[in-house]
Amino acid sequence: MKTLAEAKSKLPLFIFLTPILLWLFLLIVLPHLDLLRMSFRIENDYGDMAWSVNNYLEFFREPIYWLTFARTALYAIIVTFLTLCISLPVAFYITKVAPPRFKGFLSLLLLMPFWVSELVRVYGWMILLRESGVINHFLLKWGILRQPVEMLYNDVAMTMGLVYTSMLFMVVPLLSVLDNLDDSLIEAAFDLGSTTPTIVWKIIIPHAMPGIASGSIVVFMLTLGNYLTPNLMGGKNSLWFTEQIYNQFIASFNWNQGSAFGFLLLIISSLIIFAGLKLTNQKLSRVVQ
Amino acid sequence: MIRTLPQSRGYSISFKIYIILFFVFLFAPLLITCILAFNDSIFPALPWKGFTLDWFFSEGPERIGIFHDQINLASIWVSFKTAFFVALFSTVVGTCGAFLFEQETFRFKQLLYFLMLAPLVIPGVILGISILLFSNTLGLFVEGRFGVDISLLRPGFWLVVLGQFSFITTLVTLIVSAQLKKFDYSLEEAAMNLGANRFQVIFHITLRFLKPALLGAMAVAFLMSFENFNTTLFLVGSDATLPINLYLQVRDGSTPVINAISFLLIIGTSSLALLNLFLQRKHSK
Repeated sequence: MKTLAEAKSKLPLFIFLTPILLWLFLLIVLPHLDLLRMSFRIENDYGDMAWSVNNYLEFFREPIYWLTFARTALYAIIVTFLTLCISLPVAFYITKVAPPRFKGFLSLLLLMPFWVSELVRVYGWMILLRESGVINHFLLKWGILRQPVEMLYNDVAMTMGLVYTSMLFMVVPLLSVLDNLDDSLIEAAFDLGSTTPTIVWKIIIPHAMPGIASGSIVVFMLTLGNYLTPNLMGGKNSLWFTEQIYNQFIASFNWNQGSAFGFLLLIISSLIIFAGLKLTNQKLSRVVQ
Repeated sequence: MIRTLPQSRGYSISFKIYIILFFVFLFAPLLITCILAFNDSIFPALPWKGFTLDWFFSEGPERIGIFHDQINLASIWVSFKTAFFVALFSTVVGTCGAFLFEQETFRFKQLLYFLMLAPLVIPGVILGISILLFSNTLGLFVEGRFGVDISLLRPGFWLVVLGQFSFITTLVTLIVSAQLKKFDYSLEEAAMNLGANRFQVIFHITLRFLKPALLGAMAVAFLMSFENFNTTLFLVGSDATLPINLYLQVRDGSTPVINAISFLLIIGTSSLALLNLFLQRKHSK
């Protein structure tokens, strides 16, 4: 390494550094500073722009805004928890229970749907669930229902859609942590007379904790920032906070109010990721990989 | 409990049923979308009325198949162009990033590394609005100061490319870095001892070693760009990308043409993904 370091001139450093600095400052740092600046600007009575915290006060003054915000956060937590509950047994089955020769095939099969655009996946659920949809068709045909039921456009459908959409980001980290779990630990516990629930609580979950944490953080973040699924699968009353941002920007053309909302979403999302990382003693650089 | 231990019958059967149900849940929406692309009906719904290829090839006027549907074809073309440029730019800059963070030392490296990861934790919607705001501010500033109107800074093709580039580059950097970590530096040293300069080493040795990772990263970047919705939504101008265009159609009702497009997308992306996986395996052997 030393000879390499000595032979280095400063030129390569600048060649590599320049595009990275341009990218990060022009497309990440400055736009977010501008977002922050815009969120503190309002139009005063004379039609001029002035500094104010009014956009943030408006958020707390109007129940619809903070209720949507709280609702979004609550649903994101529920979605994260459900995704975890569904994914953990699947990851366990693939890594520990299924015959080893199926392991590669099953993991590949698991990843396939997630290469397809989120829009196509949501669309698939729409044609399954809606009133004229495929599930209703079969339920009517088999005589279980007399009248078709609208199963789309409600909170349950939306939650399911969000779970479906974010499953991948939970399953992949779980697969990798469970793959590292030594079978002999489970065997030892079993030989010493542990029951299945004890093994799950005392061995599997503690061991899988890093995977659970990173999966949960990513799923929570993606759910919070999702627009497509709540918009297409949720009902008229299931407004998502990103939809509020969209409305402010595109429908009301109130960019300052929209910026304040955007910044709030950014803050809550970062805070929760930060708290999650601190609680589980992990580094961001590890989680994202 | 696990495969090496004795399992009760009930446990093993119920676990199997759970897994089967899970995979049904995973594939049902995609399969049904594909099947209904071939149904001879004007609605993407059952009952099955017979097999048809109308939603792909019909020339109209009652049914217009995807290959004659000008609006959808145009949006597919826009998405292709966008994904091409995003993949190209993000691979170049991402590779610079990988070299920078793996091989160089400089002050504030940790801070810059943290900043480089940030786009992954910023929600796509926020990335979209902040780039929209900034380009607008910049556009107003330039117009006020120099009296020139830069169309590049208004929502449109290039702004979409920049928006997607801003977070896809992070992914590329991570993918290429992972490969660069495995690089045997004695190869570089040997080349340098034989008189090569740093750039010759990078071009003839390191980049050659990285080639599979670069192709893989490019494919991932292409797919991510092709399917991006959240960031694009705020930056799109008059020429909509495919996801935006599909979204508008799905929201306002649907025809089996959307199923036909979905079918092509599913086939296209899964073959690209499989090809990528196959190539990676071949190289790692």
